[in-house]
Amino acid sequence: MHYKEFRYRKLKEFFRAVKNNKMALFGSVTLMFFLLVAVFGPILMPFSTLDFGNVEDILLPPSGDHLLGTDDMGRDILANLISGSRISLLIGIMATLISMIIGCVIGIVSGYFGKRIDQLLMRFTDFFLVIPWLPLMMVLAAVLGTNIWNIIFVIGITSWAGTARIVRAQTLSVKERQFVERTISLGAGSKHIMLHHILPNVFPLVFANTVLVASIAIVSETTLSFLGLGDPSQASWGMMLHYAFESGAASAGAYWYYLPPGFCVVAVVLSFTLMGYAFDEILNPKLKGR
Amino acid sequence: MKKRSLIQKSIYAVITIFAVLVFNYLLFRVLPGDPLSMMMRNPKATPEMIEGMRQLFGLDQPWYVQLYLYFKNLLAGDLGMSFYFKQPVSSVIGARIMPTIIMVGLAEVVAIFAGIIIGLIAAWKRGTRIDVATLGFSLVTYSMPTFWLGMVIVVVFSVNLHLFPTSGILTPGMTYQTTGAMVADYIRHLILPTLTMSIVLIGEYALTMRNTLTDVLSEDYITTAKAKGFDNKYILRKHALPNAMLPMVTLIAINLGLVVGGTVQVETVFSWPGLGSLMYEALRARDYPLLQGVFLLVTVSVVVANFIADITYSYIDPRVKE
Amino acid sequence: MKLLEVENLNTYFNTSKGQLKAVNGVSFDLEYGEALGMVGESGCGKTTCALSIAKLLPKEGEITGGRILLEGVDLASMPESEIRKKRWKDVSVIFQGAMNALNPVMKVGDQISEAIVLHEKGSKEAAKRRTGEILELVEIPAARGSNYPHEFSGGMKQRAMIAMALACNPKIVIGDEPTTALDVMVQAQILNLLEKIRKEFKMGFILITHDLSILGETCDKIAVMYAGKIVELGTVEDIFERTAHPYTQRLIACFPNIRGEKRIPEGISGSPPNMLALAPGCSFAPRCDRKQACCETLEPVGKQIGEKHFAACHFALGGGAIE
Repeated sequence: MHYKEFRYRKLKEFFRAVKNNKMALFGSVTLMFFLLVAVFGPILMPFSTLDFGNVEDILLPPSGDHLLGTDDMGRDILANLISGSRISLLIGIMATLISMIIGCVIGIVSGYFGKRIDQLLMRFTDFFLVIPWLPLMMVLAAVLGTNIWNIIFVIGITSWAGTARIVRAQTLSVKERQFVERTISLGAGSKHIMLHHILPNVFPLVFANTVLVASIAIVSETTLSFLGLGDPSQASWGMMLHYAFESGAASAGAYWYYLPPGFCVVAVVLSFTLMGYAFDEILNPKLKGR
Repeated sequence: MKKRSLIQKSIYAVITIFAVLVFNYLLFRVLPGDPLSMMMRNPKATPEMIEGMRQLFGLDQPWYVQLYLYFKNLLAGDLGMSFYFKQPVSSVIGARIMPTIIMVGLAEVVAIFAGIIIGLIAAWKRGTRIDVATLGFSLVTYSMPTFWLGMVIVVVFSVNLHLFPTSGILTPGMTYQTTGAMVADYIRHLILPTLTMSIVLIGEYALTMRNTLTDVLSEDYITTAKAKGFDNKYILRKHALPNAMLPMVTLIAINLGLVVGGTVQVETVFSWPGLGSLMYEALRARDYPLLQGVFLLVTVSVVVANFIADITYSYIDPRVKE
Repeated sequence: MKLLEVENLNTYFNTSKGQLKAVNGVSFDLEYGEALGMVGESGCGKTTCALSIAKLLPKEGEITGGRILLEGVDLASMPESEIRKKRWKDVSVIFQGAMNALNPVMKVGDQISEAIVLHEKGSKEAAKRRTGEILELVEIPAARGSNYPHEFSGGMKQRAMIAMALACNPKIVIGDEPTTALDVMVQAQILNLLEKIRKEFKMGFILITHDLSILGETCDKIAVMYAGKIVELGTVEDIFERTAHPYTQRLIACFPNIRGEKRIPEGISGSPPNMLALAPGCSFAPRCDRKQACCETLEPVGKQIGEKHFAACHFALGGGAIE
């Protein structure tokens, strides 16, 4: 079978399977909701409500004026959540992208060339697998300074190791396939084979993994922001939780302040996780029936 | 054969630790700004301290001298002075180790037991509501930021129900009549952070246990045991569990990195005076020597723990012994 | 009294696609020291039939009718708690593929002695001694009992499995393809060993296989199964010399005969019927070259055609056509 046809068939099978998988469906729908909110946020909610409010507006419980109440600066929580969704999702997606690129490059190069290069790169990967993530991110973020691009970079640079391992394993098996062997024997260059033959075939698995990495990236962003490493000018969900904790609003019982951002994080991460599990199940039939 | 793999694993562990040390060195020197300018950004760093630093790390010397001094100081256990605590980093860290070991150790024990039992029930009742609930619980706890779970637990159990103190390790200003009263107070403070930490871990342990046990129960040797006339309880205890426990050992080791991250968050939320909250404090104060020291300690500990788990595994799984 | 009498046994599986009649009205018996071979293609119900005796069916399987009399006591109606005491003590099983049937993380000796401790209620030392003896019996040094299964070769594992099955001096041993995964030399060794032990201890033996050729030398009787039924039952001579059922004929033709004329072994054309949707009449009819109109409407019943020889075919050889 020609590989393009092979890929097309796989893709069709994949979408049929997703439609039949409750986990994947729930995840996709929830995620789509949050993406729409993030994109159309400014139309939904005037962000002027994000300006600091008056003293009498501080920590108001939910009411008709403020559906989810106000924070310790008198800002509307719902508007904060909507604008936060843009930042949280942006950081999550960008960090995942970086992580995927590093993971794919290292995994494919390692699997394709094998031997010494493989050994060296896999040792390097193991090193990143074994170092505790959060402390590493904390230290990096502290050294680099806190702004949104540094956060994205730090999360991306620390979370690629798992992807690299999976991509490497898949590269090894794709390399054995007939059409790749044939291309190699036809004398195609390494770069051409890796880009045009291995990458497209590794991609389905990378896709499942991407979704899981995205969930980790969003939790990481939230946690770093909570620990005070977030960008103070970009109020992500994590920053909201940071302020809720630091101002003592949580322990003062302002449930409307610390619960909604948390629920949003859980919903988005859960959607990514469910999709990741479902994709993995669809793409790796070995796991089926578990 | 076995001896060879032991040596190989030891070498890998040593290389990893060495890489961690070099990484740590580079991190604070090569990245933007040298240590001195980073330290000078800290308002608490006095000129005398900075001068002490310069001497200790040889910061006006060439890089290879610096690297040599770095390793020499490390071997001597000298990690420099903490700006914030105005004490040697090693003694600041030393005072914070025990609370973390107690809290994390207890949480791991609770999580391992609970995870195994829940996973076992789910596997035994595969496809029932209990099974689905276990999967749901695992996925939700996996998706939850640890600190947020801690915040919710504080509000529910301390602020609303007044069952346990919100933070700290002992009630401030309290004088104790007996040691027993002090231990009781300590335990009351210990419960919520331990609970939070356990919940984070239980879901993953339960899910792994469930999946391995489901696989094991469909193995032929389980049918053999049944044919021998044993009852379900015996089969589970003597044949299924010993086989299902093996992947758990690996998981617990792999999870250690995650546990360290969780500790930072839990200790911060509950102001539990351990290494995790120390790291947070060092971060907030931009106390780089201290931050570096804690980072070094937890990283090396995780590498060593992984190595130990690897060795342990080869002892408990007879198949690896060959 | 006979050692084992199976009367009209029905074992059904409740699958998501409907009820599967894996064993459908099977009857046979077994004397002390006698060996019965059960043969048929995969999926014909031979393993289910044998495992029904010890009630070792998977969750979906259920004995829905018939009696299994072991020394006159019915096992089919016995509750689980009672049958557990009978397993291994009275009926033991040598499973197919011992590499998977042995627990990988338990010493071989312990796997044998745990059953002895359970059923003989003796001391651990006594069980250990007996384990050593039984290992020697299958030609494994007693000291190897402290090894793990992966330290054994394939043939040794199978012999250890046999030792395990003999541990409690059972009255009946069921061998479920005990030699399938082994090479021919080891296969012969193990079959000889089994025959020797069976005769020495006067055990009943049921050997399940899809390989008719090994039954001639090891068994006294043979039951040929097809689609959940015994289609022919008789002594080894009956089956090989006075073959009555067309299916048996075809099975025999599948194997090269080293003594007879030289010819290429034939396969059996067609495939076994869908067990979830059995057509009326004889299940073998679609593949049968002796088929007549009545075969597709009327199910043949077992006819006696010799002293101990039965066949379920309207046109069984030596039997004559339907009245």
